[in-house]
Amino acid sequence: MLASAAGTTAAVCSRRLARLRDAGVLRGQQALIDWRALGWEVEVSLRVTLDKTRSNAFDEFIAAARDVPEVLEIQTFLGQVDARLSVIARDMAHYQQVYRDRILTLPHIADIEALMHVAKLKSDETLPL
Amino acid sequence: MIELDATDRAILRALSHDATASSGALARELGLSQPAAWRRMKRLSEGGAIRGRRVVLDAEKAGFGVTVFMGIKLGAKGRHGMEDFERAVMAIPEVQTVEHVLGAYDYRLRIVARDISDFERVLRRRIMTLPGAASVDANVLLTEERRPGPL
Repeated sequence: MLASAAGTTAAVCSRRLARLRDAGVLRGQQALIDWRALGWEVEVSLRVTLDKTRSNAFDEFIAAARDVPEVLEIQTFLGQVDARLSVIARDMAHYQQVYRDRILTLPHIADIEALMHVAKLKSDETLPL
Repeated sequence: MIELDATDRAILRALSHDATASSGALARELGLSQPAAWRRMKRLSEGGAIRGRRVVLDAEKAGFGVTVFMGIKLGAKGRHGMEDFERAVMAIPEVQTVEHVLGAYDYRLRIVARDISDFERVLRRRIMTLPGAASVDANVLLTEERRPGPL
């Protein structure tokens, strides 16, 4: 199937795939969990500004965020925002509880801004090759 | 909503790490029989607990060294043209994800580019020309990690 899409033969195609795997371009496949179907209705992006007067603010913040099970993604940035957490919760009441008890207690937060997810319109994460 | 027990959660955890794991391998890991593991995997995927697979590509090794997250706010007039905006933004190949959000921005985009000058090209030719976009804000991704989540 891949071979016909790329206009080549199956043998060439499997050699190419092996080469991409060896080079580390293809790193594997992951199942994507549908958190909504499992009862996790709320998804929020938290954009965090850290107190950068503290030398290890990034490391300590990230290490503490890893201990919060509701955190799905941790990203760091160059820009206005220092870090972003993607957080899920069962409903708004649960979100409020996670936010108060687990997020606001993370170290070195100077400012935090929330974006509530309404819909994912595109999420294929393909590369424009 | 699908009810999960501890074994289901362990299976989801394993598959979200490696979607190609066989029922035999999972059965050995979790101390189940192979048919039992297979039945559970089938129930989880048919019940909708798994919405698909993601091929994990190393964007940098594939020549895409820059990932930028952009927040976009539509102008007052733009709100009538949400559909036009959405159609146009989803058609941009460098835009990997589009999320409709509530808060300081209306949309959140994940954009890949080969390097900063390639990103500038995408920004000027594709993003700035989107219908209805009033203000944009950009943050360049430095590190990213995905967590297993509450399983």
